[in-house]
Formats: sequence, structure tokens, C-alpha cells
Amino acid sequence: MSSTPSAAPQVVLLHPDDNVLISVTPLARGSVIDFEGREYRLNQDLALGHKLARRDLPAGTKILRYGAPIGSLYSDVKAGEWVHMHNLKSDYLASHTRQGRARGDSGE
Amino acid sequence: MNNSSQQQAALRGYPRADGRKGIRNVVVVAYLVECAHHVSRRIVTQADHSEVHLIGFPGCYPNEYASEMMRAICTHPNVGAALLVSLGCESMDRDALLQTVRESGRLAELLVIQETGGTASTIAEGVQRVQQMRTQLDAQQPVPMAIEELVVGTICGGSDGTSGVTANPAVGRCFDALVADGAACMFEETGELIGCENIMADRAATPELGKLIQECVAKAERYYTTMGFGSFAPGNADGGLTTLEEKSMGAYSKSGSSPITGLIKPGDVPPTGGLYLLDVVPDGEPRFGFPNIADNAEIVEMIACGCHLTLFTTGRGSVVGSAISPVIKICANPDTYQRLSGDMDVNAGKILTGEATLDEVGQEIYQCVLDVATGGQSVSEALGHQEFILTYKSFEPIGPGCLPVRQL
Repeated sequence: MSSTPSAAPQVVLLHPDDNVLISVTPLARGSVIDFEGREYRLNQDLALGHKLARRDLPAGTKILRYGAPIGSLYSDVKAGEWVHMHNLKSDYLASHTRQGRARGDSGE
Repeated sequence: MNNSSQQQAALRGYPRADGRKGIRNVVVVAYLVECAHHVSRRIVTQADHSEVHLIGFPGCYPNEYASEMMRAICTHPNVGAALLVSLGCESMDRDALLQTVRESGRLAELLVIQETGGTASTIAEGVQRVQQMRTQLDAQQPVPMAIEELVVGTICGGSDGTSGVTANPAVGRCFDALVADGAACMFEETGELIGCENIMADRAATPELGKLIQECVAKAERYYTTMGFGSFAPGNADGGLTTLEEKSMGAYSKSGSSPITGLIKPGDVPPTGGLYLLDVVPDGEPRFGFPNIADNAEIVEMIACGCHLTLFTTGRGSVVGSAISPVIKICANPDTYQRLSGDMDVNAGKILTGEATLDEVGQEIYQCVLDVATGGQSVSEALGHQEFILTYKSFEPIGPGCLPVRQL
């Protein structure tokens, strides 16, 4: 995968208040995303429809998607990092995977 | 999206005594307990007709909700005739159900296996009755039907990170157009709207309805907390969704932007056009397990509310259809569409690949609704999908504040 920014859209911002971007195509580790004049270098593969941090976000930050809160970070996240179950938890009911309940259960 | 006027005359429906019209003329074969399931399935298989569908309730113990659902479904406008199949000793009030279906002007027959000589003779008798019903139904002619007579539901299943970006807001655009045409549209699964309660309340037709919507979502949260799991499947996480409220926000966009006209429960038919929220989470203390064990249980509840067809969005790739009312499948994810295009009616993933806009896909879904409502088969319908689930539940009736339109 090229490390130069691509012209085709790779991520979208769904709402101006959002602090995450959504991938609209699978993105490989090492890719550089150019969005709103800012470059994000991916330190992991990102599948279609996943989230990456729009800026550095400390633990406890409410993640906004569609301009609405979708949970809180339980660890620090750098700009361009993947935001998913390893750092984001529900503020309502904990999610679960086939292996069991997600980390960051609000009851913890 | 505003090309509805020239389409209105094109719809056709089978007129029913209650004034509603059906876009299909189905014979349902209904088992009244699991013990009659095999016999009923054999009847349907041997009838081998795309408009002979298997439905039923497996439980032997009585349940008011299940009885009400069977009544609502057997008298659904898409149903022209019903063959009830009873073992003979179960609790379902078969005589009352038979009488209700007959009084609705439909053909209805009852076979009790214990009184019909057992499995083989009941199957033979059932096949004959179904063929007689089909002959009569096939002679019926549909009449013109207006768009405002249409009731359309929406559901999402196998959601991923693309669902809330493409297919769900595209269905929202279609819903806005249908509601503008005067149709009744409904969205549901309050357990998948946890996190959206306040924005939904702001869209309610009256402040009282807004408060009832908030209470209804709070009930869903309590219920799912007791169950120990939210409505969030492992595949949702594989597809990029992290939390229940993230899934909710994406699901919520299916509702479009019309005001919310009313809050209904399974079996309640919308009294007018408009946008309705269907509360599918049981009332009272959790008793019978998860509100809906899989997507088809929700589709069945929307059918019990009169839905003629269902718009089903999927990111991961659901393949289901439904008995009675056709399911239109809208695929959110372009990669999934590539893998499962033979199961999809609409590729909303092309919004991500830049081949279409949200408005264009919304228009395509709207056109697909008109096609299916004029007799065209949806993809899942043509593939023979006729899933059906009905389980135990309990509900309190809705209060007057849920349907403010009735108070005007």
C-alpha cells in the first residue's frame, strides 16, 4: 500500500461535531489518510465501516458519531488510531463478543 | 423524492371486509402448537405454491399475546384464507380463532389431528382444503389501491459500521417520501433505540407522546439489563460497531425525519398515515426471556400491525424473508453486496463507492416498494424465504397518549 495520500475518499466525517472518522474502504496499516488538511498514519489495518480517532482523545472522552454520544473511552487514543472495543465502552449496556463480554463494562 | 403522484394509481390490492387491502392473497397454514408443526409443514410443502405459507405458535400453555398475534396475523390484509391445524389438547382457543377469521370474511378451516385420523390423513385432508382455498383465491381480482392505504415497516439485521451511513438513512429518505404520500410507516425495536430516547422525544407529535417514548426506551433498557445482554450481536462488532448506542444511532436513521405520530404495540394497526414507533419490549417484570429472539420475531410483530411489506437493511448480510408480507433487502455494505448480491434487492453500498447519493438510493427503495406493492416479487420472496417466529410475551394495552391523532 502506498504511503502517499490518496485522492479517493477513504474516510468520512458523519457530523461536524464528531471526534471519529469512518472508513469507507478497507485501509492497510501504514496508509496515510489525508483528511481536512490533516494526515493520519494508520498503525493497524482498518476494515470497512470502522472508526479512527480524528484527534488525540484522552480516556473518559465521550465519542461522538452522527453528532451523538456512542460511549466513553477507557484508555487514551492518539489521532488516527482505531477506536473499537479495546478502548471504547457503552454508557448503557456492555457489548459482547463470541468470546464473552466486552472489556470496559460500565459496571467495572 | 417526489415522483409519487404518477405512481398512485398503479398499486393494486385485494379488498377485505374491514376496509383494508392486501398486496398478496396468501393461504396461511397455522399450527396451533408445536405438536402440529410437522403436519402443517407437510401440507405447505405438498401444496407447493408461493402463496401458501406456514405460520404458527409452538407453545402449549395459554398466552394472551400469542392469541392476539394469531388473530391479527390470520386477518392480515395480505391473507385471504387460513387453515388452522390443531393437535387437539393444546391451550390455544382454536374455535375462537376460527370464528374470528371467518367473521373477517375470509375462508377458514380447522383440522384437529386427534379427530382427523392422525398424521397421514390430516396431511391429505389439509392439502385438499388448501387446494380448494387456492382455487377460490386465484379467482379473486385485485382492485386499485392508493399509496396512503399502504403500511410499511423497517428493521435492520446484521448491522455493521456501514448500516448507519448508507442503507438506514436511505430507508429514512424512503420513509419520508411514503409518509408525505400519506402511507403509514413504522420502525421498532426500542432495545435498539437505547441512546436515542431524547432526540426521538423531540420529534413526537405531542409532548405527552415524547414522554411516553422516553419511558418506553427506559423500559427496554431495564428489560435488557435484566436479560444480561443488550441487543448487540458479535457480528455487529466485527463490522465496526462498538457499543449498543452506536448501533442504535445508526438504526434510528431508518425512521427518517417525519414527526412521530404515535407509539403502538404488537397487534395495533396505525389509525392513520404517519410515522409510528412500535414498542416490542414486553411490559411488567421480564418473564419469557429476550423480547425478540431473532429478527423474524420483530418482522412478525410488524405484520401483526398491518405491515404489507418490510424494508430490511443489513450490513453483514441477512438473507431472511418472511411469511405473509414480502421483505425488501437493502444491503448497506458494498463488500457484502458483492458476496451476497443474489439475496439483495438494493445495493446501498454504492453510496460509499461514490456511484449513487443517499437521495438516489432512497428513491430506488421507494420505487422497489411500489414494484413489490404492485405484485412484483422481492428477492427473498422469489427465493422462497417464509420465516416466521412467534413466542411468549405479555403486554399492557397502549394508553390514549400514545395515539394523539385519535384525540384530535
